[in-house]
Amino acid sequence: MTATISTISTKSGSGFRWAVRDTSAMVWRNLTVIRRVPQLLVFSLIQPLIFVLMFRYVFGGAINSGIPGLSYIDYLMPGIFVQTVGFGAISTAIGLAEDKNKGLIERLKSLPMSRSAVLAGRVLADTTRNVLIVLLMLLVGFGVGFHTHTSPIEVLAGVAVLVAFGFSLCWIFAVIGLVVPNGESAQAAAFPLLAPLVFASSAFVPAATMPGPLRWWAERQPVSMTATAVRSLMLGHGIPRDYVWGSLAWAAGITLVLAPVAVRRFRKA
Amino acid sequence: MTDTAILAEDLRKTFGEVVAVDQISLAVPRGTVLGLLGVNGAGKTTMVRMLTTVLAPTSGRGEVNGFDVHDHPQAVRRSIGLAGQFAAVDENLTGRENLILVGRLNHLTKAASRERADDLLVQFRLDDAGNRPARTYSGGMRRRLDLGAALITHPPVLFLDEPTTGLDPASRLDLWGVIEGLVSEGTTVLLTTQYLEEADRLADNIVVIDQGRIAAEGTPRQLKSRLGDTVIEFEFTTAESAAAAAQALSTTTSAGTIVRVVMADGANTLRDALNRLDGAGLPPHHVALREPTLDDVFLTLTASNGAPE
Repeated sequence: MTATISTISTKSGSGFRWAVRDTSAMVWRNLTVIRRVPQLLVFSLIQPLIFVLMFRYVFGGAINSGIPGLSYIDYLMPGIFVQTVGFGAISTAIGLAEDKNKGLIERLKSLPMSRSAVLAGRVLADTTRNVLIVLLMLLVGFGVGFHTHTSPIEVLAGVAVLVAFGFSLCWIFAVIGLVVPNGESAQAAAFPLLAPLVFASSAFVPAATMPGPLRWWAERQPVSMTATAVRSLMLGHGIPRDYVWGSLAWAAGITLVLAPVAVRRFRKA
Repeated sequence: MTDTAILAEDLRKTFGEVVAVDQISLAVPRGTVLGLLGVNGAGKTTMVRMLTTVLAPTSGRGEVNGFDVHDHPQAVRRSIGLAGQFAAVDENLTGRENLILVGRLNHLTKAASRERADDLLVQFRLDDAGNRPARTYSGGMRRRLDLGAALITHPPVLFLDEPTTGLDPASRLDLWGVIEGLVSEGTTVLLTTQYLEEADRLADNIVVIDQGRIAAEGTPRQLKSRLGDTVIEFEFTTAESAAAAAQALSTTTSAGTIVRVVMADGANTLRDALNRLDGAGLPPHHVALREPTLDDVFLTLTASNGAPE
């Protein structure tokens, strides 16, 4: 090595501290897009907004919440929140697929950074984004006549359940993003997976009127479980708190199964 | 410190049934440039990915800056810069933010990252565009930014995977100048390219790889001299007659309607070739003499597998 090359000294520290620092650098990077192109955040609210308007004003008059004393709009909004979080998780798939497609993951793998920071940075950034989106949708809900009937702490606990569920979905979509070649394919692959979860559920209408097998599925699957958990926390009305544990169990199960798969796919990507 | 900056010993990589790299060995002395030359799919990028710790070799070993890529990947990563085939920049970040991010992920301090980013923006003439999102950059600017990101820690070893593919001629010349500047400061470079002109200009040594194996290696001069001094080019009106002529002249290479003969025996080669073509009833449409280029080497070496793109 000649004298003109001087390797810049780098900080030293424990592996865990670096993992935290690298992850926060990646979170910052992934969130910059929201600051730079805030329209994207607004676009991701359009689909749930259309559903709010459609179910609130078009179908809503004909739908019974199935719970005595509970208006349909109060029943609907928790379902809309879950839908928003569910479809929002697609951004994890698109983000990773695009990073891979553009050679960015390759570049990151050649850096002395923590291996886990790429995936963790993506999922945590999307979770942060989910918090923002859920809060915005909550405001939208208040605008169209949604009322919570419980304490503010319970309402916040409802937001936390939504965010935990969204976090687990991010791992499903991380796997998809690492398997497909680009962002468009990620989007295309995500819809057929989400549609039966979000629509064959009790998110928008009570499952009680559905035919047998569908009803069986709609009462147990994670989207319904989470919507009901959020109703229990935000509305009360005798809806059992057991659903909160059900939703959290789904979130934990999905994360425990799919996060390791995502990590394995990342190593191979 | 060893004199070899990059070392590969029988590196091999298979993807299922496909053998991407088949036991390639090479050594790059410190401060020199190795050109890894080959067509698309020859195994160049796989070589780079293994030596930069992005991909684990199936067998064999690699060493960069004295560190084994398998046993000490983090030490290798701290010694290298990688600029890939695609300019790996984040479109939503500004040029400056892209550099700072890579600096931070290289574990530079915040202040050092900022300082290096500013230096590199000036060095790569991006200081005016430094606060603009990278999505507004031209192709040439993106490549310069990508190369800048690879240089953020002043790495002693640089891997450039087809750094000028897809660039216009002016941007290519520009980037060549930048790379020559780095080499003159002592950086060791492994460069992959499909362009013989690029290898000829930048590389001290060239390894030609074809279908995952080394087809030839040497200095540009040595490779050219393997083809003798001068090449005779016979041009025919159709590809069929060119193919027939190539057969009649036996030791030749052909591409389309052009048949090349190396002038190994001076004017006798020319007289003999013309006599043979006469005998075969294949008068050439056009005859030219020219000095050999690396293209000739390349065509000769890869002739059995069809012409390169």
